[in-house]
Amino acid sequence: MSLDVILRVGTKVILPFIQLFALYVQFHGDYGPGGGFQAGVITAGGVILFAITFGLRRAQQIAPRAVVERMVPLGVLIYAGTGAIGLLLGANFLDYSVLAHDPVHGHEWGIFLVEFGVLTTVSGTMIALFYAFVERGR
Amino acid sequence: MTLLAVVTVAVISQRGLFSVVILSSIYSFLMASVLIVLDAVDVAMTEASVGAGVSTVLLLATLNLTKTTEIRRPRPSLLPLLLSLVVGGLIAWGTRVLPPFGTADTPIHTHVAPRYLTRSIAETGVPNVVTSVLSDYRGYDTLGETTVIFTAGIGVMLLLRGFRRRDEEKRERRE
Repeated sequence: MSLDVILRVGTKVILPFIQLFALYVQFHGDYGPGGGFQAGVITAGGVILFAITFGLRRAQQIAPRAVVERMVPLGVLIYAGTGAIGLLLGANFLDYSVLAHDPVHGHEWGIFLVEFGVLTTVSGTMIALFYAFVERGR
Repeated sequence: MTLLAVVTVAVISQRGLFSVVILSSIYSFLMASVLIVLDAVDVAMTEASVGAGVSTVLLLATLNLTKTTEIRRPRPSLLPLLLSLVVGGLIAWGTRVLPPFGTADTPIHTHVAPRYLTRSIAETGVPNVVTSVLSDYRGYDTLGETTVIFTAGIGVMLLLRGFRRRDEEKRERRE
């Protein structure tokens, strides 16, 4: 599978930066461009690049299929759960004001949690789709 | 924009699906550059990563499952061309009544946008208005979007894996 030395070394060099950039896009999404969706796709892109270069088996040691497929509904649950917490604390669904003592902090927390949910679902879906396509081909 | 047109013509004229996939990836990158010029950095990022990155990989994986050349039509028919010309003409005709590009006093710039722009930091503490609109003011929409991704992913996985299981059962029966 992995015959090309340049490809393998190049992937190894660039992969940490891809993942770091994904984290940056995720957590800096409040200040710069980006957010959960973009970060999720970049994370998935890193895993897919790894799978293309080093083979599906080693990629599934890092990101097992069962975990990836559970991430898909988990993200939606995190998102909806954040909304439901607001509901339980006596506000409207998806009203983040009550998540912290200060409404502004509550909104920051709410946006963070919601973006995390989006990240989980998007990256899980993308990696799971890639696995499904590739495994079908074998 | 000229490059976009060139790539589109190339996509239409290509028969090999492999080059079509690569060309559409190039198209996505060009589109991302157009969006950067329009100051929509968030959308440009999405276009570059989804359109040029992941969807290209998924399309290539699909080509791995199917044939890589387009089936040649027996004879080209005029109806699709006419239809697309008529629809394109209608859309172009419809844009005549839109306000000129970049006008500040259009309804979308005067209705809720100023409120988002002026109150976003005070209400949510998030300087990037795109993020605050996306996951706070329009939280329901984004929840729906996430659910759409979830549903689409589950659907594709069920389709691909389900078929595979049936194939395996068939093979077992034969043995």
